[in-house]
Amino acid sequence: MAQSVQTHTGETDGRPPGLRGVVADFSSDQRAFKNVSWGKAMMWIFLLSDTFIFGCFLLAYMTARMSTPVPWPNPSEVFALTIGGQEIPLILIAIMTFILISSSGTMAMAVNFGYRRDRRTTAALMLLTAVLGASFVGMQAFEWSKLIAEGVRPWENPWGAAQFGSSFFMITGFHGTHVSFGVLFLLIVARKVWRGDFDAERRGFFTSRKGNYEIVEIMGLYWHFVDLVWVFIFAFFYLW
Amino acid sequence: MVDIRSDASEAIPPSEVEDVELYHPKSWWTKYVFSQDAKIIAIQYSMTATAIGMVALVLSWLMRLQLGFPGTFDFIDADHYYQFITMHGMIMVIYLLTALFLGGFGNYLIPLMVGARDMVFPYANMLSYWLYLLAVLVLAAGFFAPGGPTGAGWTLYPPQAILSGTPGGKDWGILLMLFSLILFIIGFTMGGLNYVVTVLQGRARGMTLMRMPLTIWGIFTATVMALLAFPALFVAAVMMLFDRLLGTSFFMPAIVEMGEQLQQGGGSPILFQHLFWFFGHPEVYIVALPAFGIVSDLISTHARKNIFGYRMMVWAIVIIGALSFIVWAHHMYVSGMNPKFGFFFATTTLIIAVPTAIKVYNWVLTLWRGDIHLSLPMLFALAFIVTFVNGGLTGLFLGNVVVDVPLSDTMFVVAHFHMVMGVAPILVIFGAIYHWYPKVTGRMLNEAMGQIHFWVTFLGAYLIFFPMHYLGLLGIPRRYHELGETAFIPESAHTLNAFISVMALTVGAAQILFLFNLVWSLKKGREAGGNPWRATTLEWQTPQTPPAHGNWGKELPIVYRWAYDYSVPGAAEDFIPQNQPGLGGPTREAAS
Repeated sequence: MAQSVQTHTGETDGRPPGLRGVVADFSSDQRAFKNVSWGKAMMWIFLLSDTFIFGCFLLAYMTARMSTPVPWPNPSEVFALTIGGQEIPLILIAIMTFILISSSGTMAMAVNFGYRRDRRTTAALMLLTAVLGASFVGMQAFEWSKLIAEGVRPWENPWGAAQFGSSFFMITGFHGTHVSFGVLFLLIVARKVWRGDFDAERRGFFTSRKGNYEIVEIMGLYWHFVDLVWVFIFAFFYLW
Repeated sequence: MVDIRSDASEAIPPSEVEDVELYHPKSWWTKYVFSQDAKIIAIQYSMTATAIGMVALVLSWLMRLQLGFPGTFDFIDADHYYQFITMHGMIMVIYLLTALFLGGFGNYLIPLMVGARDMVFPYANMLSYWLYLLAVLVLAAGFFAPGGPTGAGWTLYPPQAILSGTPGGKDWGILLMLFSLILFIIGFTMGGLNYVVTVLQGRARGMTLMRMPLTIWGIFTATVMALLAFPALFVAAVMMLFDRLLGTSFFMPAIVEMGEQLQQGGGSPILFQHLFWFFGHPEVYIVALPAFGIVSDLISTHARKNIFGYRMMVWAIVIIGALSFIVWAHHMYVSGMNPKFGFFFATTTLIIAVPTAIKVYNWVLTLWRGDIHLSLPMLFALAFIVTFVNGGLTGLFLGNVVVDVPLSDTMFVVAHFHMVMGVAPILVIFGAIYHWYPKVTGRMLNEAMGQIHFWVTFLGAYLIFFPMHYLGLLGIPRRYHELGETAFIPESAHTLNAFISVMALTVGAAQILFLFNLVWSLKKGREAGGNPWRATTLEWQTPQTPPAHGNWGKELPIVYRWAYDYSVPGAAEDFIPQNQPGLGGPTREAAS
């Protein structure tokens, strides 16, 4: 059903230069963002919406932290691990952060190899990203169980304001859920890449549409976003 | 005046996007039930919204019966009354108005009006509807749950929303409400992303942003706002769920419940109010902007005149949308706030009156010296302008801190927001249904029934809500189950209350006539043809009516002009469709 009629009169290059050109391009027909596919546009707008969710969570946490009359527990002490008789503050969080940021690197490489249609390398890198993501969630589970063993509950904790536990479980839980879904979708897309769905133009099981390697990049957008959100959680929850 | 150019044709750029790959249904189930066609999804959304809206209508009857004739109806006790208020408000604002404007009109009109075959991701669009249906069912389940639905008031303010004194507070009611809201938001996000991307990235050749009908501008801006405002409600709902289920204290201060000191404490109830109204105020405009857009198109089409100041109208929509994110705390003047914040929020609130007034002037100037056809859509559009101006003026009262404080929590507030975001958008919805029903079904709605419906609804709404302003100025509080013998309330106020209740029942009955008309005209209505209103926009130019799957037959339409070429001097007819090639055809489109 592709369009075949050509009514191109050769005047499209006559768009005005400079800022007016930007406006003319943006408000021109068919697409506001040239060379951006529907899927990519949709992911960007979804991420914008998701930013507001995390923004609200973090602002709510900050409000709770500032308005509670009971002192806030010291995160450096709470999140310290004793390794070899030495108490090291935030060591686990530091490792988790390192792992998550590294996984963004492997994801970026996967995108690159995806556009080269190198399906084995792409799939392998996505799998590696998923493994790194899964180990992040695993360490988070370890952190949760350690805190729970020390008596931290959503409604109370041994060191101070009850909102500490509530905010901690809610925000890291919501972020962890994002990472877990990311891992799930990484595995699904990695399987499709590995099987060569995008070379064979195989149709999707649910949508019955053909996919292409751009989905790796869209997946990457989501993954980098989750990573970026973690940086803010790290700064506002653990370092403050 | 706008320049009239003799030639509307400009360079039509070559096709940049591949045609959308449609899902072709293989069975009755995938064609009509699990449909991925935006038009079917729109009808599903509209029917579900109307069904749950009828529940809310009946609830308003019950509330009015109690207020008008206190003590007559034993089954409406205080608890039930609060449950009716809560469910009425929440259903009307979110599950009816938001769903109908964005899920209903958005789904039907966006692909047709921008010249697309469908939404960009039909599968996600389908999921959006099913999640919405699930949300509605979970909400309705509240009526059958032990303890009944929540009676916390539609704003669900904690701590009372989750305490045992409130109906449903310690039972299922509040839980089902919060779950339902969360489901609604997830479902809406799937649909909303589709609407936004379709408008931004899926338009026809020649359909520039500044050629889009204002209907699309309104729905598009409202959807963007909804995608940014609903997250706040989502977060508030999740946190309140934790407060209720896990005993966290996000919103719970130290509190004594039934003589017992609760374990919770240290939380901030004001935090909830901020989150709720950061969603709640944009929500007003999420409902109002599509109405603004649709009414612009109705007025232009039925007055056979181009919309006055199209660009200004577009910018007014965008500016209202942006401003509405920084006014939310005007709902909280009596919550206890730094007076400087009150000053800030009062200022931003009153500034919104400027772009809104621009819109009203432009509607009136569009009508000025137009060839006004008093068809049903036009009647509803005119009624909307009057009602919206009325509601907007009382908004100026309530936007000022000093005037708001004595009026807060009185019937004046009820009258104000029912006028401005209840009656006004509903009038547009009716007008829009009378306008687009011929496209959806191929038949016109019955005119006689429509006239009765219009006059009863329009006059009745005024007879309900005008006296309510007066009751509010007397100081009669809202949300009171019974006024009783109170010194400052004169006997006449009780009589007036009874009158309002009778009018409410009458107006409600007129809506049943309207629903009957919708069903009756489906078979018995006059054949409409493809373009009964002689309108310019693309949805009236489809090869079939109702439009077939894929909307446009083999070739996508190409747009040569803006949506408002009515009564152009020198043209053969008094309207020129957007897809009519420009060569030889004049246009009033402002040179861009």
